[in-house]
Amino acid sequence: MGKTFAEKIFEKRSGEKVVPGQIVEASIDYVMANDVTAPPAFEAFEKLSAGPLRNKIVLIPDHYVPNKDVASASQAKRMRDFAMKWRLPNYFEVGAGGVCHQLMVESGFVAPGRLIVGADSHTCTYGALGAFSTGIGSTEAATVFARGKLWFKVPKTDRFVFSGRLRRHVFGKDLILRIIGDIGVDGALYKSMEVSGSTIESLDLSGRMTIANMAIEAGAKNLYIAPDEKVYSYLENRVRGRYKPVFPDNDAVYDKCYEYDASQIPPLVAEPCLPSNVRPASEIGAAIDQAYLGSCTNGRIEDLRAAARILKGKKIARGVRMIVVPASKAVFEQAMKEGLIKTFMDANAYVSGPTCGACLGGYMGVLAAGEVAISSTNRNFIGRMGHKDSKVYLANPAVVAASAIKGRIVDPSEVV
Amino acid sequence: MLGSAEGRVWKFGDDIDTDQIIPAEYLVTPDMKVLAEHAFEKVRPEFAKEVRPGDMLVAGVNFGCGSSREHAPRALIGAGVSCVIAKSFARIFFRNSINIGLPLIEADIEADEGDTLRIDFSKGSVMNLSMGKMFVFRPYAGFLRSLIENGGLIPYTKARLAEEKRR
Repeated sequence: MGKTFAEKIFEKRSGEKVVPGQIVEASIDYVMANDVTAPPAFEAFEKLSAGPLRNKIVLIPDHYVPNKDVASASQAKRMRDFAMKWRLPNYFEVGAGGVCHQLMVESGFVAPGRLIVGADSHTCTYGALGAFSTGIGSTEAATVFARGKLWFKVPKTDRFVFSGRLRRHVFGKDLILRIIGDIGVDGALYKSMEVSGSTIESLDLSGRMTIANMAIEAGAKNLYIAPDEKVYSYLENRVRGRYKPVFPDNDAVYDKCYEYDASQIPPLVAEPCLPSNVRPASEIGAAIDQAYLGSCTNGRIEDLRAAARILKGKKIARGVRMIVVPASKAVFEQAMKEGLIKTFMDANAYVSGPTCGACLGGYMGVLAAGEVAISSTNRNFIGRMGHKDSKVYLANPAVVAASAIKGRIVDPSEVV
Repeated sequence: MLGSAEGRVWKFGDDIDTDQIIPAEYLVTPDMKVLAEHAFEKVRPEFAKEVRPGDMLVAGVNFGCGSSREHAPRALIGAGVSCVIAKSFARIFFRNSINIGLPLIEADIEADEGDTLRIDFSKGSVMNLSMGKMFVFRPYAGFLRSLIENGGLIPYTKARLAEEKRR
């Protein structure tokens, strides 16, 4: 009987034969923490009275840096001090880094067949490159700092197959929103997701990362996309160390299987207050106060290009502000080279350096009571981006840009 | 976590996310007591003021979905919550709670706001004293039970580190 990707990874990493439901201890390649999740991890780490596995740890301040206030400054300092004290080679200072998941991929930590954990729920992003990656808590991260291993329950796996050509203005974001809309926010709870098909093969890595990024929004443990030439060539001169891809068997046993005709999927929007409240963008029409483009979900160069194509030569609607946050220094630099930053500024968008700030209602774009945002991010929970009576609609970068121009949520075809 | 607990019920619905449990703007400290002051601030502002040590949460499906923030179970521990009973839990919240010692029970029980429950963790029973009804759940077994009995992931990891050193 064949094995799924998750089963194969946990066999390899535990040295045991595994079946879904079994609990194993698995060896970890990298453990990542950010400025919000690392301080509780340091507290737990001290209780272990052990030294850190220096090369496995990646510390990336991104949530509240540049520091939003004195308390967040203290957290960021604690992280920096820990990195200096233990001479950790993989600490990314403000200015050299960016949003953690983008940086983990850009900096070559992520590769096919690796097992990576991170104290951030969107760690599942790295499945886009054929890694097994999942979000964990701070205490768990601390134990991996010391021991390089963690317990896992071997998950069952659901399979999602997309065929057909994407319509204009449809991206990876719309495919994952379609899935979450269908199966619900706990539709893949405790499970592994494998996403494949001709549509996925023709998708760029950025779009695949958007899909994997939001697996947690369906409750999943991880999401896997089989690595291919696009992944291997991206990793050339980038990846740290060697890697060995892992593929599911052709006769793997799946719990549930879903098939989609991607050509039937329009640009989609998730309405408040769950990512599963999905409807076509053309049916929304809600007036907006803020348009946000950025985050680990959609803050890459491909996302900025998609938005800039729509904004070029146009102005953002009166009474609306648009905030553009490239996900990393590298993305920002590339956007400058391509003239995208100028396009955004000409349209009267505000552009800042990388931070997670606004996505989680921290700073740099918080919403007031009654305000409405269209956002390229991943969550639209109650009060996610600010006041409890503010609202967040989730969409792809083209929908965000088109809505910024119109002042209400529209399908991009209404603008271009 | 084994033994028993008795407490008053706070009732919640489905898909209670970690942004509701502890809003992101307060993630500037790992301190459980400080976090507890802001638990459920946006959705139930009375919670932090009125919660009493030993109180229990009873919720629907997918409790704790969203962010991996361990600050969520930390805030509940800081508030003195003795147990969360839900039809199902989001996986990272489940792991975080088990690992740091917030008792969770996956069960579908009847309870109204303010009811008093008595839980026997090792037998797997929840007695709703206000309704006079008894509900059963499957007690933890195997690895999870030993993890919980030994005080969570920190003592577990210390024991493994000591073993690995001896080898």
